[in-house]
Amino acid sequence: MTAPAAFRTCPTTGLKVHRQADALIKANAVAATVSLLVGGVAAVLVLLTRWQAVHLLPADWFYRILTVHGMSMLIFFIIFFEMAVLYFASAVVLNSRVAAPRLAWVAFVLMVAGAILVEWMMWTGKADVLFTSYVPLKAHPLYYLGIILFAVGALVVTSLFFATLVVARRERTYQGSVPLVTFGGATAAIIAVITLLHGAAVYIPTFLWSLGLVPMDAEVYRLIWWGLGHSSQQINVAAMVSIWYLLGGLTIGAVVLNEKISRSAFVLYVLFISMASAHHLLVDPGFSPAWKVWNTSYAMYLAVLASMVHGFTVPAGMEAGMRLRGFTHGLFEWLRKAPWGDPGFSALVFSVIIFGFLGGITGVTFGTEQINIIAHNTFRIPGHFHATVVGGTALAFMGVTYYVIPLIFRKQIAFWPLVKIQPYLFAIGMTLFSMAMTFAGTFGVPRRHYDISFAAAPFAVEFNPAVDLILGVMALGGLLASLGGAIYILSTVWSVFFGKPLAEDATFGAVPAAILKPPPAPPAGDADHKGLTRGTLVLVGVFLLAFIAYYFVNWKLLSAVWRVG
Amino acid sequence: MNTGLQSPTGVWWKPAHKAERLWVQIAFAWCLVLFAMMPLWHMKGAQNPSGIRAKVNPNDFARRTYEFINTYKVGEDHGVPVVAPPPGADVYLLGRMWAWEPVLQLERGAQYTLHLSSLDVNHGFSLAPVNLNFQVVPGYDYGLRITPSEAGEFTIVCNEFCGINHHAMVGRVVVLDRAAAPVYGGGE
Repeated sequence: MTAPAAFRTCPTTGLKVHRQADALIKANAVAATVSLLVGGVAAVLVLLTRWQAVHLLPADWFYRILTVHGMSMLIFFIIFFEMAVLYFASAVVLNSRVAAPRLAWVAFVLMVAGAILVEWMMWTGKADVLFTSYVPLKAHPLYYLGIILFAVGALVVTSLFFATLVVARRERTYQGSVPLVTFGGATAAIIAVITLLHGAAVYIPTFLWSLGLVPMDAEVYRLIWWGLGHSSQQINVAAMVSIWYLLGGLTIGAVVLNEKISRSAFVLYVLFISMASAHHLLVDPGFSPAWKVWNTSYAMYLAVLASMVHGFTVPAGMEAGMRLRGFTHGLFEWLRKAPWGDPGFSALVFSVIIFGFLGGITGVTFGTEQINIIAHNTFRIPGHFHATVVGGTALAFMGVTYYVIPLIFRKQIAFWPLVKIQPYLFAIGMTLFSMAMTFAGTFGVPRRHYDISFAAAPFAVEFNPAVDLILGVMALGGLLASLGGAIYILSTVWSVFFGKPLAEDATFGAVPAAILKPPPAPPAGDADHKGLTRGTLVLVGVFLLAFIAYYFVNWKLLSAVWRVG
Repeated sequence: MNTGLQSPTGVWWKPAHKAERLWVQIAFAWCLVLFAMMPLWHMKGAQNPSGIRAKVNPNDFARRTYEFINTYKVGEDHGVPVVAPPPGADVYLLGRMWAWEPVLQLERGAQYTLHLSSLDVNHGFSLAPVNLNFQVVPGYDYGLRITPSEAGEFTIVCNEFCGINHHAMVGRVVVLDRAAAPVYGGGE
């Protein structure tokens, strides 16, 4: 049994927090923020190069920095942050100790070592292969080895998450079932295991191939790599949705309308996503139409259904929570009177909207077998995933950070007035950026391309003249979002390292209001649902109409191109 | 009721309320539509990424391409051979770092089987400004039955990263109306 001194009690939530969990969350959060800074600087450099009017970098550095951007953001930032989320969702939420903390630190060191190795290879020009490193493009063997080390570390942390759940249950640190947030975290962890096994299945042979020991097939690589590449995005989705529920509860006391529905939706993510790699291979020569159609959808699109369900239950839980506390007037009083000045709340709302309306609708549409013909490898693809993973996941992560700093780091948040507008800047920026990028892709503008003026090409390529203007809007949105990202990094780093410790009598204006005045507990028992979610029904109706319109407009666009079959 | 941070106690497997159940049903119905559109388009639609798919040794594919070029060559453009295959022909387009070979002169409304493959790494076939996109993978032959529906000059942009000069990899397709004078050669 652990000594009592190993725990502290959180004065806000009353949770018993293991000091090892505190320290592990801090270390992983700091590593995530450093990765975000590296990836963010790379983002600005890439943006200023693709903005044809500036065209900043030379070609070799453009592709190099684009590789850095992808790895630092999608792998290092996101996964370090998710490791912190896993420690939070297990040890902190369940009042438990962390299982095997020494092993947890070994895992952290492995991950940092792997990340440093990969960054070193990329910055020295030994891995100009972009994020996907499609063979037979070849990087230095240490690049693949670094990724393997990082993945092994992440796999250990994931195992410790499950071990901590077992410890918590055995030591009876909580009553009843695990909370929904932990349940969602568990699905993220299960998907992480699937993802990391795919990672091992692709990077270990590729490492051997880079040493000249085994052959690699270009199409088989793509198939297995996307088992890693796409599933890792599904970890993000499960973690992000868990944070939606978490932020809803923390900021306005959102309730869980029905545990069965929300938990079943999480389970659908686990069951129906493993072959989601298929929708990256829809216009590939290696697979039959039947294979593509089946593995994209399993006939029912149940992972899409899961997201649509959460897209209802998250706002509906927020609406019901507010209505139960007296904001019952009309359809939208609950939204109007919500704490829009709380950056945790505004980040939550924008994350849900951008993920659903921009990321979700475009993703499902482009992931349709035939529509992919007019989307594959164009700007439409990064337009889509910047909406899901940046406007959705990263923004939710930013929002929850404003609660983690006072709750875990016990610090007031620095530059509070800037932090209050940070989610707005970031959300508006990412919205403009993603929409412009997607729109440019509709005209065929390629992704991962240094120069769409084609100055060095033998033949002149003409895009629609509107493209220049659209890329200008993209640049404006990207710069706004970068400003938002910079405020986030500045504030979090300053708060953690130089910030004022959070006193018991902390005042408003340095931490989110809900920390000092948590929302009152919702009425006990099963409330009568009648009319509790009216506003949300209207909102999801608007969403569905937008979805249907965008989807069929794309079939219309497809029907206008050359016959091909 | 509890928030997502609190443990539900007792049995939480309860029937959903009306609004929630309604939304799940609507969303599920929509998911079925999303699925049904794909097989439906295979039956009724004219744009499908099906093609004839086979594994191929990259050198064999290159040999076929050069035989094709020698058979139907009508000229050169920027050092790239130009071919004018007859309607219905098997057309070979080879991607390699950092060029597409050959330049194609096709007839509007005629069907061709366009074979795509690569001599080295992955490339991306992107026909501009039509916006038709296919992955080109070394070791695999992608034979797409394609019918140009408009006359004019088109370019093939590579939209899969293929190395330092990726952005210079551009090919060309010219589509002629049946009665029009050819752009290249005498049409012999």
